[in-house]
Amino acid sequence: MGSRVHGKSAKKLIFPKSPSGIKGLDEILEGGLPTGRPTLVCGNAGCGKTLLAMEFLVRGATEYNEPGIFMSFEESAGDLIQNVASLGFDVQKLIDEKKIFIDFVYFEKNEIEETGEYDLEPLFIRLGNAIDTVGAKRVALDTIESLFSGLSNETILRAELRRLFRWLKVRGVTAIITGESGINSSLTRHGLEEYVSDCVIFLDHRIDDQISTRRLRVVKYRGSLHGTNEYPFLIDEQGITVFPITSLKLEHGTSNERLSTGIERLDAMLEGKGFYKGSSILVSGTPGTGKTSVASSFAHAICRDGKKCLYFAFEESPSQIIRNMRSIGMDLKPWVDAGLLRFHSSRPTVFGLESHLAVMFKTMQDFKPDVVVVDPISNLLSVSDEKNVQSMFTRLIDTLKNQQVTTMMTNLTHFGIEEQTQVGISSLMDTWILLKDLEAEGERNRGLYVLKSRGMAHSNQIREFILSEQGISLIEPYIGMGEVKTGSARYIQETIDTAEAKKHEEELERQRVKLETRRKVLDAQIAALQAEFETEKSEFERIMEEEKQAKHAKRQEKNHLGSMRG
Amino acid sequence: MKKTVKIDPDIWELRLYVAGQTPKAITAFSNLKKICEEHLAGKYRIEVIDLLENPQLARGDQIVALPTLVRNLPQPIRKIIGDLSNTERVLVGLDLRPLRPK
Repeated sequence: MGSRVHGKSAKKLIFPKSPSGIKGLDEILEGGLPTGRPTLVCGNAGCGKTLLAMEFLVRGATEYNEPGIFMSFEESAGDLIQNVASLGFDVQKLIDEKKIFIDFVYFEKNEIEETGEYDLEPLFIRLGNAIDTVGAKRVALDTIESLFSGLSNETILRAELRRLFRWLKVRGVTAIITGESGINSSLTRHGLEEYVSDCVIFLDHRIDDQISTRRLRVVKYRGSLHGTNEYPFLIDEQGITVFPITSLKLEHGTSNERLSTGIERLDAMLEGKGFYKGSSILVSGTPGTGKTSVASSFAHAICRDGKKCLYFAFEESPSQIIRNMRSIGMDLKPWVDAGLLRFHSSRPTVFGLESHLAVMFKTMQDFKPDVVVVDPISNLLSVSDEKNVQSMFTRLIDTLKNQQVTTMMTNLTHFGIEEQTQVGISSLMDTWILLKDLEAEGERNRGLYVLKSRGMAHSNQIREFILSEQGISLIEPYIGMGEVKTGSARYIQETIDTAEAKKHEEELERQRVKLETRRKVLDAQIAALQAEFETEKSEFERIMEEEKQAKHAKRQEKNHLGSMRG
Repeated sequence: MKKTVKIDPDIWELRLYVAGQTPKAITAFSNLKKICEEHLAGKYRIEVIDLLENPQLARGDQIVALPTLVRNLPQPIRKIIGDLSNTERVLVGLDLRPLRPK
């Protein structure tokens, strides 16, 4: 033992923790609740205290082989079992298996007369008996403060509660004690936090703009690190989920694998290879600049490679997206049928932000996509304020990066502030594609820039972005005379250029013909001169021949004369 | 307002829940005995239940505090907690008004 008082093992020995089993909570608590000690869970009515306490027991019984006792002061066992059945917990079965024991402590103030000194020994007896019966390691007391409304001698009550919490520690059970928040922002109405001080968790259920958000905060955790923020949580058919699900650290792996954007020329702008796998991509633009088209085209390319894409549509229905994309020559339907593409479409206002996040996480866990598209994120602003949306996306992106899922998010911006995202998440993004209207000479054309792309040499040029029946194409706009021309201006300019080029070519042709003619003339002259020369030459040769013959004749005559004289 | 003792033809069934022979338990029992003798002479039966011996009864009879006196009969059930040192409150609790108000 003595040699192990160093490093991690020492930490474990000093402070054992019991995982609550509640999704996300153990990460925030850096492992779980303090083993063998009571934890106070407080909050307003309806904040989820009872459910948290019950899930703690159910998870203990089903996942950690730790049976539990639920001592209820408010609801009968039957009601409790029924209420948590909606969370998917079959408590009755666990009771039958002797893994959970529910003890409903019922007392009615009107039926009880107090005369003199008393103690709460029966609670100890009941708990002790129940703990021994099922071999409990976990205990939930919900809500022990009810005793204050049933019994009037507060001095006795406080002394007995102090004794009870001490007794729980002696018994070595990990306990959750719930308490209702006081009116004056005190944690509990009767100051339970004075007695249970090892770990205090505060639950909050707020309604902002008619949309409810549940939040959880670890107020204190003596002797342990813990996340200190308010974390949204969700109660649904799978129990409580506290976000973030994953770690808060930037330690996700990075990949060098690249994914095609689905637009050839856009790939070319990104080193000819496309996005990094597991990166986050933001496509922002003013209305009608083609954000959904870019996103769909990416989804299309992903599915073509046999990978899976999950498309969260917050603006359009899946059928509408499919129809619209057909108009630019992209058929997404086969991918949907093949199970490679899944649309998840919902109105942002149907639930609160944390519910959206939860639904997204759940769908992702279920579908295990390679790529997630969120179109658009700006619509979620209608659900909550900027800060919440930002923190939600930080967590979402964090999680996706951890799982090496590539994310593309579209964001609607407004004229004049294109290079700003309302939700302030641009710094989280690895690649930012900006779609912009280029307005000139009475028309609007779409332009596309790659504003940033971490870890690659990307093009810094603007491209004209064209949507046609043949699909999406990017073309280099006309750049000349220090201006960029797009659309029909570019077309006109190109026509002018073509005409000029043609004219120039004709001119050259004419020059060529002229030169040819000149050459022919010269050739003719050369031929004539040559012919003349040939004539002169043959004349000269004839004369020379005649001369030679004459000389020869003369010599013969001389010889003849000689012989005659001879 | 004067009212005569409510005479019930049946025997009063009283249960006193304790946990061992604690001073509070002994005080409660002697207080109860005194009150019964005074108000219900010959018409009562006291059963002392030690929860240390029968812990399940704490749950079964919904006992929260000790000592607890439960009037099982006559109906309805009445519960009185504490050492029964305040006689007047015990009488009110049992629905037994004192013959001579103080």
